[in-house]
Amino acid sequence: MSLAYDLAIIGAGPAGMSGALEAAGLGLSVAVIDEQAAPGGQIFRAVEAAAADPALTGEYAREGAALARRFRAMPNIDYRPETTLWHIDIESGLLSLRGARGSGTITAERVLLATGAQERPVPIPGWTLPGVMTAGAAQILLKQAGAVPKGRTVLAGQGPLLWLLAVQLARAGAAPALLLETTPGGALRQAIGAGGLWRGRAMLAKGATLMLEARRAGMKVVRGVRSLRAEGEGAVRRLAWDGGSTSCDTLLLHEGVIPSTHITRALGLAHDWDAAQLCWRPSLDEWGASSHPRIAVAGDGGGIGGWQAAVEGGALAALDAAHRAGKLSAAERDRRAAPHRQARDNALALRPFLDRLYAPAPTVLAPADDATIVCRCEEITAGQVRQAARLGATGPNQAKAYLRTGMGPCQGRMCGTTVAALIAETRGISMEEAGALRPRAPYKPITVGELADLPAAEAV
Amino acid sequence: MFVQRPDIRPATVEVLVDGAPVLVPEGASAAAAVLLAGLSAIRETPVTGAPRLPYCMMGVCFDCLAEIDGVANRQSCMVTVRPGMRIRPQHGAREAYRPEDAA
Repeated sequence: MSLAYDLAIIGAGPAGMSGALEAAGLGLSVAVIDEQAAPGGQIFRAVEAAAADPALTGEYAREGAALARRFRAMPNIDYRPETTLWHIDIESGLLSLRGARGSGTITAERVLLATGAQERPVPIPGWTLPGVMTAGAAQILLKQAGAVPKGRTVLAGQGPLLWLLAVQLARAGAAPALLLETTPGGALRQAIGAGGLWRGRAMLAKGATLMLEARRAGMKVVRGVRSLRAEGEGAVRRLAWDGGSTSCDTLLLHEGVIPSTHITRALGLAHDWDAAQLCWRPSLDEWGASSHPRIAVAGDGGGIGGWQAAVEGGALAALDAAHRAGKLSAAERDRRAAPHRQARDNALALRPFLDRLYAPAPTVLAPADDATIVCRCEEITAGQVRQAARLGATGPNQAKAYLRTGMGPCQGRMCGTTVAALIAETRGISMEEAGALRPRAPYKPITVGELADLPAAEAV
Repeated sequence: MFVQRPDIRPATVEVLVDGAPVLVPEGASAAAAVLLAGLSAIRETPVTGAPRLPYCMMGVCFDCLAEIDGVANRQSCMVTVRPGMRIRPQHGAREAYRPEDAA
C-alpha cells in the first residue's frame, strides 16, 4: 500500500520549499521528493553546510539559509532527500521513486513540479573536452565541496551568473583570468527599451557592484566575442575566437538558464515556445496549474524568473492546491494570494531587460560550424542533424530514428532544443513546427533490480 | 583540475577514486571526488572512446557516468560520498556481465 498525500512536491529548491511550507501550514499532507542530500535546489545548493563560507555571502547565506531552516523546522512535511522520481502515472497519481532505502511508490492527489532550471547548452567546437564545464557546475563545486578550479580559468558567454561566479571564485582565492562576453554591441541600448529599470533598480545595483568587484579582482573582459572554440588533446588547452586566442585550463560556459521540462514533456503536458527566453515552457495558468488537472508547476521550471519569483510561485501553487483540496474557499485563496502576486511582480520587473540584454545568439541554438558536436551522448554533429533535416527529419522526435539524438543516457536533456533549432533552420520552419522532444519514463535510469524491488501489487 | 579549501571545508570523508584514497569534504559528490583526485577523465564515451569529465554537475548531462560501489552507469554528480565509497571511471558502455565479478 502506497502512502497517500494531498500534495507531492518534486524538488526542494526555493519553489518547492516555499510551496511545502504554505501547503503544510494550511493542513495539507505534503511529501517533498528531492534528488539532493539537503534542501536548497541549485541556487541554494548545500546552503546548510556552506552558508559560513566567506566566498558565498549575500542572498545565499541570508535568505537561502533562512528558507532551508524554516523548511527543516516545519512539521507535517515528509521530506525525502536523495530520492529520484522516475515515473508519474498521471491518471492515478501514483509516483514511482528510487531512494536511498530502495524503490517505492506514493500516491498524491496533486503534484507540484518544482524541478527548476538547467543551464542552456552551449554547443561550441571542443565543448566536450575535459576542462570545459558550465559556470553552474563550478558554482556547485564551490557550494557543495568548497572546491575551486586551479590554473587559468576563463569564463565565456553572458548573464548575471558569470559575474556572481567571478566574484565568488575571487573571494575563494581563485579569481578567473578572463571573461569572454558574447553579448553583441547594441544589446544594452535595446534592453533599456524593455523597461523595468526603476522597479528593478535594487537588482541592477547588485549587478553593477558584482561587475566592479570582479574587475577589481583582476578579471579582464573581452566584449562581443564570436565563434568561440575550445582546443586541446585530451583536455582544453587553448581558446580561440574571431580576432583572439588565449591559453586556458578551465573553461566555464554560460548562456543563461532554461526551464527543466523533461518531466512536463514526458507527461505530455501542453508547452509553448517562449520567443523572449528562447526555450520551451509548460503552459500554465496564474496559479501554475498545467494542462492536466493533477499537475502544477512552480519556479523556474515554468519559465525563468529567479529564486524570489520561485518562492512566490510555490506559495501560489500551494494555495491553489489547498483550494482544490477543499481547505480554502476561492475568495480566501485569492485574498491570501494578493501579497505573493505583488512580490512576484516585483521580482520579475527586471526580467524583460535581462532577457533582451542576454538573449543568446542564433548560433548558440543552432551552431554554425557543422563539425560541432550537439548531442554529447551519441556524439552527433550539427552537420549530421542538418543532413537528417534535408533527408526528411521534420523535428527532434523524427531525428531520433535518423541519428539517435535524444536516445543516449541524457534522453535529450542537452541536445533536444539544439536539434530542433537546427532542423527549424534547415527546413525554414518555426520551433513550434519542429516541436519539442518527447521523453519517455523512466525519467532517470533505474536498474532492473530496483524495478524488481517494487511491491508486487504495484509492479507494472 | 579542482583544488580544495580545507580551512573552509575540512576534508573528512575518505573515498577510493580508481583505487587511490582521496579525502573530500562531507556532502561532496562522487563526481567532485573525481575532479579533486585530478583524474584526466571520468569516462570514455562508448561511441568514439573520447575522454570526458563532468560537465553540468547537476544531473542533466550524464557525462559523469561512473562505476560506484560496483554499479556502473551511476550519475556520480548526484551521489553523495560515503566513507569507503569506491568510485571508478567507466570505460565505454556498461558491462552487463563480468566473469571476475561472478567468481
